Amino acid sequence: MEKAIFNPPKSLSKREFTYCPGCHHGIVHRLIAEVIDELGIREKTVIIAPVGCSVFAYEFFELDGTVAPHGRALAVATGMKRARPDLVVFTYQGDGDLAAIGTAETIHAANRGEKLTTIFINNAVYGMTGGQMAPTTLIGQKTTTTPYGRNHEKDGYPIHISEILSTMNGVAYLERVTVDTPQNVRSAKKAIKKAFLAQIKGLGFGLVEVLSACPTNWGMNPVEAMTWLREHMAKEFPPKLFVDKVGDG
Amino acid sequence: MARVEGYVEIDTERCKGCGLCINACPTKVLEFDMGTFNSKGYHPARYKGTGCIACGFCYMMCPDVCITVYRSVPATVGK
Repeated sequence: MEKAIFNPPKSLSKREFTYCPGCHHGIVHRLIAEVIDELGIREKTVIIAPVGCSVFAYEFFELDGTVAPHGRALAVATGMKRARPDLVVFTYQGDGDLAAIGTAETIHAANRGEKLTTIFINNAVYGMTGGQMAPTTLIGQKTTTTPYGRNHEKDGYPIHISEILSTMNGVAYLERVTVDTPQNVRSAKKAIKKAFLAQIKGLGFGLVEVLSACPTNWGMNPVEAMTWLREHMAKEFPPKLFVDKVGDG
Repeated sequence: MARVEGYVEIDTERCKGCGLCINACPTKVLEFDMGTFNSKGYHPARYKGTGCIACGFCYMMCPDVCITVYRSVPATVGK
C-alpha cells in the first residue's frame, strides 16, 4: 500500500508554468500554494501579479487575481485591501518591478503598515525583457546592458530592499530567504506562512525576499546557477530574519 | 530498522529537464531519460526503479511541480 506524501497543492492550477527550465519561480509558486492550503484561505485570497516573467502568475493559482501596472502592485493591493478588509491580498513581484519602477510604492506601502503580503523574487536581473541590469544586479555581474560587469562608478550599487524596509515601523514580518537546497525551501515556506499570518492577524506589512536563480539570463545551466546564487548572491544579500512581530503562534 | 521505501511519479510532459531533482536526490535514483523526448523537446527526468527513500527532496526542488512522491505504508493488522 502506498500513500502520496508529497503531491501538488490544491491552490495551484493544473496549467503548466511558462517559466524557463530551472527557474525558481515555480518553487516559490508551489510554496505559496501550500501555505494557502494550510491556512485554508483559498476562497478569500487575491493575488496581484506584477509585470515581468511572472506576469501570468494569476493563471497558475486557483485564486482570484489581477495584474497591476509595472511596479504598482502594492498600490493596487492597498486599494483592494482597504475596500475589502476581509480578503487576504498578496502581491508577487520581481526585483525589476518592486525594486526599480515600484520602489516608491513599496516603501510607502510598508511605511503605512498596510496589511498586505508581498513575495519579492530577487534574481538580480530583468528576466522577461532579456537580461538587462536591475537595481539588484551585483557589482561585476555581466548583463546585456553591463557587458563588462556592473561598475559602481557608472551604474551604482545593488539596492538592498529588505535592509531599507527593516527600519520602518509598519513592517510586521520581513525575512530574506533562498530556495537553493531542500532545507532552505522548507525555511522559505515557514517565512511565507508567517508573512501571511502577519496580514491575517492584522499586524502590518509582511514581505519575504526570495533569492532565486535565473539560469537563462545568467548564462548558466540550472545547477550552476544554484551554485552561483549560493556563492555570490547570498554573500551580497545574506539570508536573514529582519523583523518578526508574528511570533511562534 | 526497516528502511523506508517509496517511489516517485514524474509527469514527463510537464518536465523541462532542468535536472534540479537529479541534483537534489540524496540516493541518486533519478536520471535523465536520454532515450525519449517530451513534446517540449526535453529529456525528462526518470526514476531508476529502486532505492527511493521517499525523502521528498526532488519534490521540494522541482520548479515545475511535476513530481509526486509515494511512501510505502506497511499493512497494519486488525484494521
